[in-house]
Amino acid sequence: MLTNPTSVSNAPPAPGFADAVMQSQQTFRAALQAVAQPGSIHETELECGVPPGLSAGMTATLLTLADVDTPVWLPPEVDEAVRQYLRFHCGCPLVSEPEHARFVVVPAGHAAPALEHCDAGDPAYPDSSSTMLLEVDALDNEPSTASVMLSGPGIADRQCLSVTGLPADFWQQWRANHQLFPLGVDAFLIQGNRLCGLPRTVVVED
Amino acid sequence: MSVSTPYAPTSPPADAVVRRAAWMRVLALAEPDALDEAVQALGALPPHRALRNPERGMAMVRARSGGTGAQFNLGEMSITRCAVTLDDGVMGVAYVQGRERRHAEQAAVLDALLQRADWHDRIQSMVIAPLAQAHSARAQHQARVAAQTQVEFFTMVRGED
Amino acid sequence: MYVAVKGGERAILNSYRMLDAYRRGDPEVPELSLAQIRQQMPLAISRVMAEGALYDPQLAALAIKQAAGDVLEAVFLLRAYRTTLPRFGYTQPVDTARMRLSRRISSTFKDVPGGQILGPTYDYTQRLLDFSLEAESDATREAPLPAADQPVAATMPRVTDLLQHDDLIDQEPIPPGDPAPFDLTRQPLSFPAGRDARLQNLARADEGFLLSMGYSTQRGYGNTHPFAAEIRYGSLEVEMFVEELGFAVTVGEIELTECQMVSQFGGNAQEAPKFTRGYGLTFGYGERKAMSMALVDRALKADELGEAATAPANDHEFVLYHSDNVEASGFVQHLKLPHYVDFQANLELLRHMRDEQATAPVAAVSDVLADEAVAS
Repeated sequence: MLTNPTSVSNAPPAPGFADAVMQSQQTFRAALQAVAQPGSIHETELECGVPPGLSAGMTATLLTLADVDTPVWLPPEVDEAVRQYLRFHCGCPLVSEPEHARFVVVPAGHAAPALEHCDAGDPAYPDSSSTMLLEVDALDNEPSTASVMLSGPGIADRQCLSVTGLPADFWQQWRANHQLFPLGVDAFLIQGNRLCGLPRTVVVED
Repeated sequence: MSVSTPYAPTSPPADAVVRRAAWMRVLALAEPDALDEAVQALGALPPHRALRNPERGMAMVRARSGGTGAQFNLGEMSITRCAVTLDDGVMGVAYVQGRERRHAEQAAVLDALLQRADWHDRIQSMVIAPLAQAHSARAQHQARVAAQTQVEFFTMVRGED
Repeated sequence: MYVAVKGGERAILNSYRMLDAYRRGDPEVPELSLAQIRQQMPLAISRVMAEGALYDPQLAALAIKQAAGDVLEAVFLLRAYRTTLPRFGYTQPVDTARMRLSRRISSTFKDVPGGQILGPTYDYTQRLLDFSLEAESDATREAPLPAADQPVAATMPRVTDLLQHDDLIDQEPIPPGDPAPFDLTRQPLSFPAGRDARLQNLARADEGFLLSMGYSTQRGYGNTHPFAAEIRYGSLEVEMFVEELGFAVTVGEIELTECQMVSQFGGNAQEAPKFTRGYGLTFGYGERKAMSMALVDRALKADELGEAATAPANDHEFVLYHSDNVEASGFVQHLKLPHYVDFQANLELLRHMRDEQATAPVAAVSDVLADEAVAS
């Protein structure tokens, strides 16, 4: 009796983009806009399979940005189905240390590594740094008890951003990260299918 | 900077892997038209759906310096890959040199069917064995033609050991 | 002063049409098919694949047809197309000892295990133009070579392995950990360049450039006296580790040409005299390229072997920065782009210098010229 010699689970991974070319371009455009206008929120209304444990927005972002050249870090306890999905669709190497990763992926419910434990890039190639993809509980631009004011390149004056579900000292880490410019870590905050971009140039007011 | 970390799965029986790698090799090395003919001759196949539509891309060919030493990147080769699932969840995969989408898709479908007890023997005998034989015959013929250009030295004393 | 230009777009669109007619030639003459190019110009295909750094004979044939036979233009087309293809991964390192050989020769030993197999080579032809090829007919050709009773040996040990027995030759072992190599397609070349970067650079280098550099080492611009220990041409199956399977599979077969050059090394305070090696490997059938690559590979080792390294072929930056014909062609041909403003500035300067020279006393002229040169 021939067994199916696929790896961990006998179930095939969830599907990727239904139309890879168009959808990855749309997602890329959303991510680009998010980084160009830091703190603003962009939606990815896309069809793709979603492995258990990741949001639709995180999945779409990884399908678009991760590939054989971008090592990805995932928290150790993340569902094996997520690893299988990324291996299949993205072909990205999965690494055990955040500083070896181009994308540090933190799904909801998992602890994020400190920004200083990620790769801040190289003086000759500052863009070779890690980008953190962080799932959060809530994300909007309305003032609230959880809001901060952002300023810097891409923001006309100031941008209000409310986020819940960040590590407690995230904004403190962020200020330290900002001091490293041109080095530093960039981040995307993701909730459901919504994205918000934080390039390292963003200033968080005290 | 790439990290080649071959992932070691919780293992399927080793000989099942060897058998599957063997038929995947035959499917990849087949002439596309010969594979298509063999597939048509099988008649109606169970339905499958695409997990990954045939996608054209490349693999970087690696070699070793001096033929034996440290690796270096030689250059890329075109590859088409495809993955399908049958209704019972069996997954078929193909990675095939070149840019023939039909070749990759047919190889993936056959890979899936070969994993099923009810199709395995039929596909082995009607598709795999003849394609393997054709490839081997081509290679043998080439080797015998090349042998016509082998120089016969009439040496009195054979060289070293 | 800036002169506005109009009508460029029309001229360019028409130049495409004129180029297409140039490429097609007389429409009464049957059009070239890609199958004809693949079958009847395999050496052009090999060169385009090697320098394009993309193994795909069908695409190479298309590029040659589109480029009207200009190999460097075809290489450029392949390189550009390559940027649109995603990379799925990496192959297992190919083992050239397992090549299915069409040709295998050694100039160092007459009797080599497996024998000397001449294969399809121009080496023994007299280089007389064959006017029978003017006829487009197979009727006058000799019948194809029949198969012999026995095939060539299935495996043939490397000649360089034979020399390793007495420790007479540079070993090339797998380094600890068998690390993944540097990738020129992902990181820029920086110096000192490791052997992996050098070999990748040389593998896609212009054949003419490498040939000249290799030749220069033989003419004394470099210290090597090389021997061709082995040259192999044939095909080899390629395997790839597939993540979603968890094991490696054969994806196809490619043709390769490999050359191992050996040359003498006089030894130094730390090392006994022995043979050192140069390695050449190229896609397709490209013996001249593989041999040239091996000569240059050896020449680039001069420095690390403690030899005099003053010849151009020993100079890493000179060789590795000028080896790529797409880069070289780009910069040379960029001179065709408008340089109107630069040139205008030069013209003005020249006129001014001549005026100064005509009116100023002779002794003062050189000062004026020096000032002008600094100011421009």
